[in-house]
Amino acid sequence: MEDLKKELKLKIIEALNLEDMSVEDISDDEMLFEEGLGLDSIDALELIIILDKDYGIKLTDSKDGKKIFRSIETMATYIAEHRSK
Amino acid sequence: MEEVIQPFYLEKENRMKNNIIHYCNIKDGSVSVNGKSLYVNTVEKDFLSFIKTVYKQFDLAYPKFYKMDPLCKLSIVAASILLENTGSEIDPNMALVLSNKSSCIDIDRKHQETISQEADSYASPANFVYTLPNIALGEISIKYKLQSENSFFIFEYFNPKFLIDYTNSLIDLGKSNRVLSGWVEVNENNYNAFLFIVEKSDGIELTQKNLIKLK
Repeated sequence: MEDLKKELKLKIIEALNLEDMSVEDISDDEMLFEEGLGLDSIDALELIIILDKDYGIKLTDSKDGKKIFRSIETMATYIAEHRSK
Repeated sequence: MEEVIQPFYLEKENRMKNNIIHYCNIKDGSVSVNGKSLYVNTVEKDFLSFIKTVYKQFDLAYPKFYKMDPLCKLSIVAASILLENTGSEIDPNMALVLSNKSSCIDIDRKHQETISQEADSYASPANFVYTLPNIALGEISIKYKLQSENSFFIFEYFNPKFLIDYTNSLIDLGKSNRVLSGWVEVNENNYNAFLFIVEKSDGIELTQKNLIKLK
C-alpha cells in the first residue's frame, strides 16, 4: 500500500504539472481538492484518466469520485480493492 | 439650421489622444519595464526553464502558473510584471487585446501527441483546456478580476496598425478607459512578449513607429 501511495503521488505530480512539489510534500490524508492541494475540476478529469489508464478502473458515478478522490489514502484504498491492472 | 450633434467621442473633453503609459518586454533572456532592464538570465536557453526563473525572480506567487501552457505562462508573467511593477491601478474594465503568430502551437503539438498514440490513447484534459490562444486572456482576467472586452488575434507578423486601430476604437467608443495590448509569441524556445498599456493620459504617443521601436 505504501508503494501504491508513492506511485500515485508521482503520477499526480506529473499529470497535473505540480512542478514544485515532491512526494514528501503530499501527505496521505491531505485533501486533494479545495483547501488541500487545491486541485480543480480539470484535475479531477486527469485523476479519472489515471484510474482508467493505469489501474483499469472506470468511474461511472460522479458521486463516487468525491469519496475516492478525497485524499491519497482514499484513492489508494479504492484502487487496491478495484484494480484490474 | 439644424444643429449637428457630434458623437460623444469627438467632443472636446474626449479629444486627448490615447497614449502608451507603460510597457514591458520579455525577450532574449531579459525582462524590462518601460525600457529599464529588471532581470537578465541568458543561461537558461530553454523557454520553460527561463520563464520559471522569471516567475520566481518576480515572486509572482500564482501556483496555477505551473499548470499553464507556454503561451499562458508568458502572457501571465508579462502582464503581471507590467501591472505590478508600474504601480498601475487594476481597473476591472481594462480591456485586453493580444496577438501573436504561432497561436498556442506548443500545447497543440503536445495535445496532438497524446491523441495520436495508438492503443491506450487518452487526451489529457489538462492539456486540452489550453488549446486556444484566448485562454491566455482568460488567465489574465481571472488573476486580476477583469470583466472587460478581450480579443486575441493571429498575424503573420507584429501588426501595430491593427493593434492601434482596435485599441483606439475600444477607448474612443467608450468600451474601456484602459487597454492592455501587445504581442505574446512562443514557439518552442523562441519567445517574445511586448505588452503595453494605453489610456487617455500623458505618455508615449500611440503610433506604429513607436510600437515598432519599443518592441
